[in-house]
Amino acid sequence: MIVKEYPRLGEKIYRHRLSNGLEVVVASKPRHARSYAFFATRYGGMDLRFQLDGRWLDTPAGIAHYLEHKMFDTKEGNVLQEFAKNGAYDNAFTSNAITAYHVECTEHFYENLRLLLSFVSVPYFTDESVEKEQGIIAQEIRMTEDDPDWRVYADLMESLYEDSPVRVPVAGTVESIRQITPQTLYDCHKAFYTPSNMILVCVGNLDPEQVVRTAEEILPKESGPVIARDYGQEKSLLPVRQESRRTMEVAMPMFLAGYKCALEESGDAHLRQSIIGDLACDVLFGDSSPLYTRLYAEGAINGSLGGNFDLLPGAAYLYVGGDAKDPRYVFDAITAQARRLGQEGIDGSFYEQIRRASYGQMIRSLNSFENIAVSMTEGYFRRFDYYHFPEVFASVTKADVEAFLRENVTEERAALSIIDPAQ
Amino acid sequence: MTRQLLTDNVYLTYVPSEKFKTSFLSAQMVMPLASRTAGLNALLVNVLSRGTARCPDMDALGRELDMLYGARLDPAVRRKGENQIFGFVASCIDDKYLSGGEKLLEPLTELMGEMLCSPALQDGRLNPAYVESEQANLIDLIRSDVNDKRAYAARRLREEMFAGEPFGVNRLGAAGDVEAITPEQLDRHYRAILPQVRLELFYCGSASAERAAAAYRRALAGLPRSGGLDAAVTSRRAAPAQPRLVTEELDVTQGKLCIGYRTDSPDEHASIVANAMFGGSSNSKLFLNVREKLSLCYYAGSSYDREKGALMVSSGIEFANYDQAMAEIAAQLAAIQRGDWEDWEFTGAKSYLLNNFRSMEDFASSLESYLLFQAVSGSKETLGELMEAVEAVTPERVMEAARAIRPDTIYFLKGKETQE
Repeated sequence: MIVKEYPRLGEKIYRHRLSNGLEVVVASKPRHARSYAFFATRYGGMDLRFQLDGRWLDTPAGIAHYLEHKMFDTKEGNVLQEFAKNGAYDNAFTSNAITAYHVECTEHFYENLRLLLSFVSVPYFTDESVEKEQGIIAQEIRMTEDDPDWRVYADLMESLYEDSPVRVPVAGTVESIRQITPQTLYDCHKAFYTPSNMILVCVGNLDPEQVVRTAEEILPKESGPVIARDYGQEKSLLPVRQESRRTMEVAMPMFLAGYKCALEESGDAHLRQSIIGDLACDVLFGDSSPLYTRLYAEGAINGSLGGNFDLLPGAAYLYVGGDAKDPRYVFDAITAQARRLGQEGIDGSFYEQIRRASYGQMIRSLNSFENIAVSMTEGYFRRFDYYHFPEVFASVTKADVEAFLRENVTEERAALSIIDPAQ
Repeated sequence: MTRQLLTDNVYLTYVPSEKFKTSFLSAQMVMPLASRTAGLNALLVNVLSRGTARCPDMDALGRELDMLYGARLDPAVRRKGENQIFGFVASCIDDKYLSGGEKLLEPLTELMGEMLCSPALQDGRLNPAYVESEQANLIDLIRSDVNDKRAYAARRLREEMFAGEPFGVNRLGAAGDVEAITPEQLDRHYRAILPQVRLELFYCGSASAERAAAAYRRALAGLPRSGGLDAAVTSRRAAPAQPRLVTEELDVTQGKLCIGYRTDSPDEHASIVANAMFGGSSNSKLFLNVREKLSLCYYAGSSYDREKGALMVSSGIEFANYDQAMAEIAAQLAAIQRGDWEDWEFTGAKSYLLNNFRSMEDFASSLESYLLFQAVSGSKETLGELMEAVEAVTPERVMEAARAIRPDTIYFLKGKETQE
């Protein structure tokens, strides 16, 4: 067991790699009433093509998310009821690169941990249950298709990417999920829900030894092999098309602009790039940036303008969007401002202001158990220690942020997705 | 936790805590919810948050907050029972995470006080440009819930069911009323309510009670006081003999079915448990049966307002499943009324609630809203007492409380006839 203190953050971390390859991390929060367990696999909506037992498999869009739903079925029934008996709150999510199951409680933590580890590691699917789930997930997909925030994002991804699976919605489509069978689910579970492809992060007032013992007892003794994956051949940093428009029932036009970025796949360089990307967003269109306040004062945007920098396997992009009466005007203003900052430089005192705010935000995010667990998980899968962020942050300069904007946030790299109100 | 009278009609609730990375502050005005003033109050806090005499615009304000390591200071408008609660919530990282020994609590409290007592003025009045731009934003915000059909359907049910009662007033006011507000009117309103309005202050963090009180005292030194306004007591009404059906059509692919019930049961703790078993938890009858077992809908849940005696069900269904969903929701309520449940549903609902109550202590914002809502409703019940009371609820009491739940209004949002 490795114990590491981070005095600048007031945090303490216990780490242990089980003999089956599972990484176990315990973040100590001695004053909290809640405890939290987060069990995640490096498997998400983007992992559609991979090698299993020597052959390449192409799986239907939405399968990781479908599998997440089906994992809650056990031979005995539905595991939700077991957690309910303990007053625990459990849930799961599937993102582009990760599927995670988590449980939060104020009592019976180790019982809940046992339940969590066992239902996620033991698959149980039948033809009937897989077919029944189609109804529920088809409803979920239809509901998101009515959601303009989802739609504007899905359109943008299709505009930005040609071959990367990031262009496929995580939940798939009503058509693609029809191809899912118990066998494809078992294949995917076998490939990705194996200890060396997973991490367990627990947060709370916990005994790290007992967490490790529980994991050793419940999980398989051996791990499966490392799986080769194919994220497509995204050859170009230029988008497929530069604009998409559609009409929906919204109160005013909304937009999302994306800029394709070069990426650092792993290590401290990855963490550093994500910090630079976040700073670039704040400098460019953050609430206190000159551009934001100007557009807000003009009435061109309202408080909904926002965005972020996303780093995914084989794909990175900066996005910004919100409601705007004239989306094209706001998009042009953002792109022009990025060019100006990249060429003429960022004002020194403004940069210091943004740097402080951004650091405060990173400290603040440690209030959230879920943020801690997700950061630890991304750090493990991408080989960096997230709690090194104060040191990495200190190494980032104004020139780094300027270079990032100059190279990535340009007209050529951009696509614009717009939703117009139906009349 | 302590609560003290700081000055005339101004109270400070103080919660010491070492477990957060941040300190949490809040200054809230409390007034009875009324259609005449709801929009004025909502607009007022948004206008005040645009600038102060010292930091007169968003650039200056943003710079001030950024330099306090990304402190936050935002307007908030909430509803509790038939009261409107409006003001500012703020937070900053705890001093101990700053290497230079800087103090953030005092300057942040100061800025919050300025926002309340010394706003940015033009010719001695609230800046008309800010009023106009916040007015446009607020109208957009009120109308934007049409983007989220789930929220839209819930709001429409509320408006229909509680028409004529303060409870039916939107916490942000009605778009049309907000549209009619003039800068002069808002300025007069501000000057009229500021001396009289009840103010609830809150601090949670690692600073001492003395330091927090001193920071607020200094920040509010300029607050005029001449007493007067207090919170309203929430009223209850009986459900009609026959529930009313309201149907609306929009261009949507999924239907929304919302049902509003009223209860006159005085046993609020049993009603809390009944609601958790019916639709108020992720393991409720509505979730497990209507959603999971029958796949009748994507979501189905309920919420219970203790003060108003109102229970609201919200669900997303296929248009064609309306009759079946209606019947099934009614059947689940009937099951609770006659005690038709497995033991774990009862104990599970209780542990779910107790877990939620205990968890509140891990979130400064949850503590703030719980303690603020207690103060506004005049309830003296502590979190510990609430937990004990819920723990003591028996199955018989749940059945009895459930039998007092009667449907009042059904709201169904469906697609336009033209589509299949």
